[in-house]
Amino acid sequence: MEVLVCVKRVPQVGGKIVVTPGGQDVDTRMSGFAMSPHEECAVEEAIQITEAGGGSVSVLTLGPPEAAEQLRDALALGAGRAVLLETDGREWGPVATAGAIVAEAHRRAGEGQGYDLLLLGNEAADTGDYQVGVRVAHALGWPCATGIKGIEISGRDVRARREYRGAEEVFEFGLPAVITVKEGINLPRYPSLPGRLRAKRAVIETHQPQWQPDGLRKERLRVPEAERRQATVLGTGVNAVPALLAVLDELGVLP
Amino acid sequence: MTVLCLVELDGTGAADASLRALTFARDVAGPGGALAAAVFGEAGVLADGTPAAAALAGHGVTDAYVTGPGQIAGYAPLAWARALAGLAEATGAGAVLAAGTDRGSEVMAHLGALTGLPMAANCVSAAPASDGTWQIVRQRWAGLLLEDAVLESSPALATVATDTVAPAEAATPAALTVHVHQPELADGDLAVRATESAAQGSGASLATARVVVGGGRGVGSPEGFAPLEELAALLGGVVGVSRVVTSEGWRPHKQQVGQTGTKITPELYLACGISGAIQHIAGCASAKHIVAVNKDAGAPILGHAEYAVIGDLHEVIPALVAAIKARNGPA
Repeated sequence: MEVLVCVKRVPQVGGKIVVTPGGQDVDTRMSGFAMSPHEECAVEEAIQITEAGGGSVSVLTLGPPEAAEQLRDALALGAGRAVLLETDGREWGPVATAGAIVAEAHRRAGEGQGYDLLLLGNEAADTGDYQVGVRVAHALGWPCATGIKGIEISGRDVRARREYRGAEEVFEFGLPAVITVKEGINLPRYPSLPGRLRAKRAVIETHQPQWQPDGLRKERLRVPEAERRQATVLGTGVNAVPALLAVLDELGVLP
Repeated sequence: MTVLCLVELDGTGAADASLRALTFARDVAGPGGALAAAVFGEAGVLADGTPAAAALAGHGVTDAYVTGPGQIAGYAPLAWARALAGLAEATGAGAVLAAGTDRGSEVMAHLGALTGLPMAANCVSAAPASDGTWQIVRQRWAGLLLEDAVLESSPALATVATDTVAPAEAATPAALTVHVHQPELADGDLAVRATESAAQGSGASLATARVVVGGGRGVGSPEGFAPLEELAALLGGVVGVSRVVTSEGWRPHKQQVGQTGTKITPELYLACGISGAIQHIAGCASAKHIVAVNKDAGAPILGHAEYAVIGDLHEVIPALVAAIKARNGPA
């Protein structure tokens, strides 16, 4: 089983989002970067799948040279191979991103080592386009399931579960396939020290795909107005309980 | 302009998120425009006098196209997208919209891939420009950031953010005509479909609860949630948690409020021991009222809450529980 996990490097924003003066990007001078959360779980899921059924995990990202950091994070967890689709820092839209992933899948298949399963996050934490995985599946002609929170594989048969209106729905299809997952599908492991050392030394396969415009063109980013206010402090410790009780009463939520 | 909108059904009629999408779609269609709906289900679901038919007419839908179980049994994302593509062509729709739900997002992504057109996710507004493009505003970072963008596409494909546009009926209800739609499916369109859909469990759900009592890192341990559970039960609500709580394994992920968990819309969100990372705020920003209990007067959550108590939740919450019980008197 050859699994490819596609991950994205996103700003690790803490208390609030700040936009750069030109309105083109999120200000990351005060923040680190991390793998988008759903994709941390995609990496873990891929490792669990290959631990159970054999095979190997490749991890791919499309991003600036610094995105190698997120690839090494995945290598430290147990991925065996990493591919960087290196960009010049410009933002790639979902159509172009899907195209670059498909090119890598074809390249690998051409080397006689095609993938059986592609795992992605359901949506990226930053751009939230909700479509890259589906577009990749269409281009490859593979079945696709999104928002998945449980995967069982037996032979070439996949059973994928997700939440639907507080309950669950199940999809069954065959490999090869594309699956996008959501956080909660598993609890990602922490990297081991040997894993970290191995990741540090690993060679990252790098390609430089050509940037393509998307039909959706960003003009400006801005923080919505409603996001700024300051709470009225009702008091300190248990002394504030009567005031808190009065507020709950006013809101009409008391029994 | 004609706007085609995917309408999802829930147990009683049209889903709330779809009514919001219809309200958005009616605005996009404009005063002289037409609003068409695509519905998947038994033909009888839109019979005269049913809640779904009344909701569609009330929200201004003039034509509803129903695809029955004979054509597509249950939920099959690619087949739904294929049907939408056919309807978009047949109705000459200038825009095809759906609510930004799991299913709406998935079907619209398939429609984008099928047609080779771009798809704008989680829009809060969309307006056609004179040059044939669309000026849109969409959510990034689960709504904590807005993007102004130009969409070059005909028809425009978009999902509607589920938490911004309030559902509103049209000034006058439309005369609804129901059509039975026979989609032309291709091989493989039904390869992925929901084979089992479990019935919704009973009890208050996080997404729809009127009161949510939130617990974060400050709760400190799995056992620390007991007073929060007691308070939630007293208020007829449920407990929600921040991401750190599920990452630590203190509570199951399905209780997570946040960008990677559930978006909540309660009357009251009482956030206890939660610092207020944006990942969490993305999930609770649509609460009508937020009250924070936190030891740290400088915690970011105070920038989003209406009221705050500065103190240890392990003291404040049990005291609040006792006060509510005392207020109600002996049973």
